[in-house]
Amino acid sequence: MYTFSSRLKTFSLVLIVLGILGIGYSFLTAPKTIEDVEKILKEEEAAHGGHHGAAAHPDAEATVHDAELTPGEGGHQHTTQELHETVPQGDHAVEHAIHDDRGHMENLEKHVTASHDAEAAHADEHHEHLEHVLHQLQNKPWSAVYVAALFFMLLSLGALAFYAIQNAAQAGWSPVLFRVMEAISAYLIPGSVIVFVLLVFGVLHFHHIFIWMDEEVVANDHLLQGKTGYLNGPFFLIRAALFMGGWILYRQYARKNSLLQDDATDNTYYKKNFKASAGFLVFFIVTESIMSWDWIMSVDPHWYSTLFGWYVFASFFVSGITAIAMITLYLKAKGYLEYVNTSHIHDLAKFMFGISVFWTYLWFSQFMLMWYANIPEEVTYYVTRIEEYNLPFFGMVAMNFVFPVLILINTDFKRLSWIVVMAGIIILCGHYLDFYNMIMPATVGDRWFIGAGEIGAILLFLGLFIFVVFTALTKAPLLAKRNPLMEESKHFHY
Amino acid sequence: MSSHYEAPIRKPLIIGDKNYHDVTVDVARPVEGRANKQWWIAFSIALAAFLWGVGCVAYTVGTGIGTWGSNKTIGWAWDITNFVWWVGIGHAGTLISAVLLLFRQKWRMAINRSAEAMTIFSVIQAAMFPVFHMGRPWLAYWVMPIPNQFGSLWVNFNSPLLWDVFAISTYLSVSLVFWWTGLLPDFAMLRDRAITPFTKRIYSTLSFGWSGRAKDWQRFEEVSLVLAGLATPLVLSVHTIVSFDFATSVIPGWHTTILPPYFVAGAIFSGFAMVNTLLIIMRKVSNLEAYITIQHIELMNIIIMITGSIVGIAYITELFIAWYSGVEYEQYAFLNRATGPYWWSYLLMMTCNVVSPQVMWVKKIRTSIMASFIISIVVNIGMWFERFVIIVTSLHRDYLPSSWTMFQPTFVDAGFYIGTIGFFFVLFLLYSRSFPVIAQAEVKSIMKTSSEKYKKLHEQHGHDNHSHSEHNH
Repeated sequence: MYTFSSRLKTFSLVLIVLGILGIGYSFLTAPKTIEDVEKILKEEEAAHGGHHGAAAHPDAEATVHDAELTPGEGGHQHTTQELHETVPQGDHAVEHAIHDDRGHMENLEKHVTASHDAEAAHADEHHEHLEHVLHQLQNKPWSAVYVAALFFMLLSLGALAFYAIQNAAQAGWSPVLFRVMEAISAYLIPGSVIVFVLLVFGVLHFHHIFIWMDEEVVANDHLLQGKTGYLNGPFFLIRAALFMGGWILYRQYARKNSLLQDDATDNTYYKKNFKASAGFLVFFIVTESIMSWDWIMSVDPHWYSTLFGWYVFASFFVSGITAIAMITLYLKAKGYLEYVNTSHIHDLAKFMFGISVFWTYLWFSQFMLMWYANIPEEVTYYVTRIEEYNLPFFGMVAMNFVFPVLILINTDFKRLSWIVVMAGIIILCGHYLDFYNMIMPATVGDRWFIGAGEIGAILLFLGLFIFVVFTALTKAPLLAKRNPLMEESKHFHY
Repeated sequence: MSSHYEAPIRKPLIIGDKNYHDVTVDVARPVEGRANKQWWIAFSIALAAFLWGVGCVAYTVGTGIGTWGSNKTIGWAWDITNFVWWVGIGHAGTLISAVLLLFRQKWRMAINRSAEAMTIFSVIQAAMFPVFHMGRPWLAYWVMPIPNQFGSLWVNFNSPLLWDVFAISTYLSVSLVFWWTGLLPDFAMLRDRAITPFTKRIYSTLSFGWSGRAKDWQRFEEVSLVLAGLATPLVLSVHTIVSFDFATSVIPGWHTTILPPYFVAGAIFSGFAMVNTLLIIMRKVSNLEAYITIQHIELMNIIIMITGSIVGIAYITELFIAWYSGVEYEQYAFLNRATGPYWWSYLLMMTCNVVSPQVMWVKKIRTSIMASFIISIVVNIGMWFERFVIIVTSLHRDYLPSSWTMFQPTFVDAGFYIGTIGFFFVLFLLYSRSFPVIAQAEVKSIMKTSSEKYKKLHEQHGHDNHSHSEHNH
């Protein structure tokens, strides 16, 4: 049996405390009023040498369309003026798409009517812009918590999916790792509860990550009105509860059977798990896609991509496998998991490599098709990211593809603990960034930076993750000894 | 490579009391024996279909593409449908030989040879459609970016159709090398058993002078693994690029990001269905039931069920996102698919591809030879209609209602298509009488772990040479 060392326990608790402090700080320092925002913008302008801000803002380099149709980005009256001139002749569909994919959800109609009285409109515009930046900055700490909460929860779901696949495929190499996978999936329960609470907060308007939850916005947005049959608070929460409930149900059932199988005299519980895993995978493939539309894609409620669900899956799946490899290596280093040999590590590293390539394949497919077709309402998603999130956007590709491919393609490297751990850390950071890039552009726009809130949230959920997973490890023997494929796994040699 | 111990709960992959020599004899029998009447009947039918196809192609080349039913609105119809269908079928071979090798699936060994043969033969069929669509096939080499003296004649690297040329030719070459590498020891086996000098000569050329020394085997294993690594990305890339032919456009119904992975899943789906069709017949005709067992068919059925479900999820995702997008054109494209004049092809696609594989959840059905055979045919019909739905229904009602029209295939369209089916079976039937259709060298490597005979021996004598305190025999 494993005992949770007090050092690791203290470490996880320290992470939690530090995380709470960081998050608390980010909430406290977020601007409360429009006056605060005005002060921040003034300071920024001063820092940029008194220039009106247009040149200092990355979106000044945006395409003509963007520059013309983005109201008041960065506080420059000069773009808002252009807006007033162009809007009446513009194509509404395109405007809408570009308009709020930049994170602005103000009422376009209002702009049009306001343009009759230019003076009043400018005052209005300026006010609206300030309000907009205020919303972005107030969203930031919430978004930071949301991204990290979602990342760790989905990571444990990824490990659970991997476990289900091993069971359903009757894999012979992996049973010695089953208890590690089960322990990681233990985090699914608290993780789901936290994410669910965050979603409920959204519906209750505590935060504004999901702009479509704002009735005022929907009232002025033709496209969003068309989606209310699907994107509405109650249905959204019912779906979330149903999906999380289903995943947790399988997790608890499979874990129970796995423990019962330890002392069984036949393979009944093993067979039960085989069937339950196949059933879960069906449920999972459906719910996973819908989950990704709900919790991630809908933060950009005008944008859509049919591939999105599978892309998100690849991201958290490889993160889950990486977590399995890293925790296995930790336990092995502490003298546990006597039957795990370098061939098992090799196989896990192969999966890290393979799924990293698969993630890139999906990333590229989605990106290339939108870039190539260049349809405004689609491509705006990438325009925003390339212009305003250039470093995290392309940095993530380097971390999730270039690095793992180069380092893990070598057979011998896949057997070296320190290389697998190092690659694992890069992969996990890279996929955190992936989730960051999926949420932040819609919620905080160009006001992003990785600060106390983001780091605090990562530390908090990492601490909680370690605490929950290693506590779960102490609850059962580390070898699922009576699994009928265990002998194959013990003698697995590549 | 693979582990030498196998859990007793795994089902045997070689049935009956077979020893190593029996495997040799069983695999060599169809090659060394004489063809029976059924083979000749099948071959004649296939040859007749092939010849009809040759006639239709000759007519097309002589008269022009106007002999096909394609029109101004529907510029692509059966030709590209058939192309994608054939390329898709080829995918199972690569998946079995490459991906299943990497996943150390021992059951691939009885079926990989024929699946790879199927890959190569179907890619040949696929390639004919774009080549003859060119109108002047003798200038087909112009698709290659070769320096030339014809002036500023240069390929368009921005075009997914050109990427296809590279993807398919790479795919064909790697598949061919992979196939042939695996064949070397088996050709050598036929060579060593040959009685007439002529056959000995032929098989000794085909086996590239295989000597059977340890060094040969070591290189053989090494190159197999390298080729598997190379071929695995090809499984994804080929059909991904085929999907780009459509998805890079701005045509509603074509331009959707899920197309690449969903095309790959669909390709594997239809490919496994075709492997099932072919092998269910072959195991019977060539008396190979001991090697291609119910267990093999069941596993292939499970893959058909999984990939069919993935394809089904993709269909539904497309439908839902079309609604969710709020884009009128996108919504109409999918509404038109399901309820427009081509509703019947959509219905066929949905029933054959999404509903029919779901019956495989029932163990009785997925272990029934007859049911598997029927479903494999149904799936291939469904997958043809999937491409037809994607291509023709997306095109026939474009942005301009005045140009809306329907597609009417001509006898040339049909003849060309049936001709490729005939050609495919001509090749496959010839293959089944002259090639070792089972990778006997590889099958022999799993005899001790996975054959019924040795499994019984292990059980009787506890020969597992590992201590299994908890085994309940």
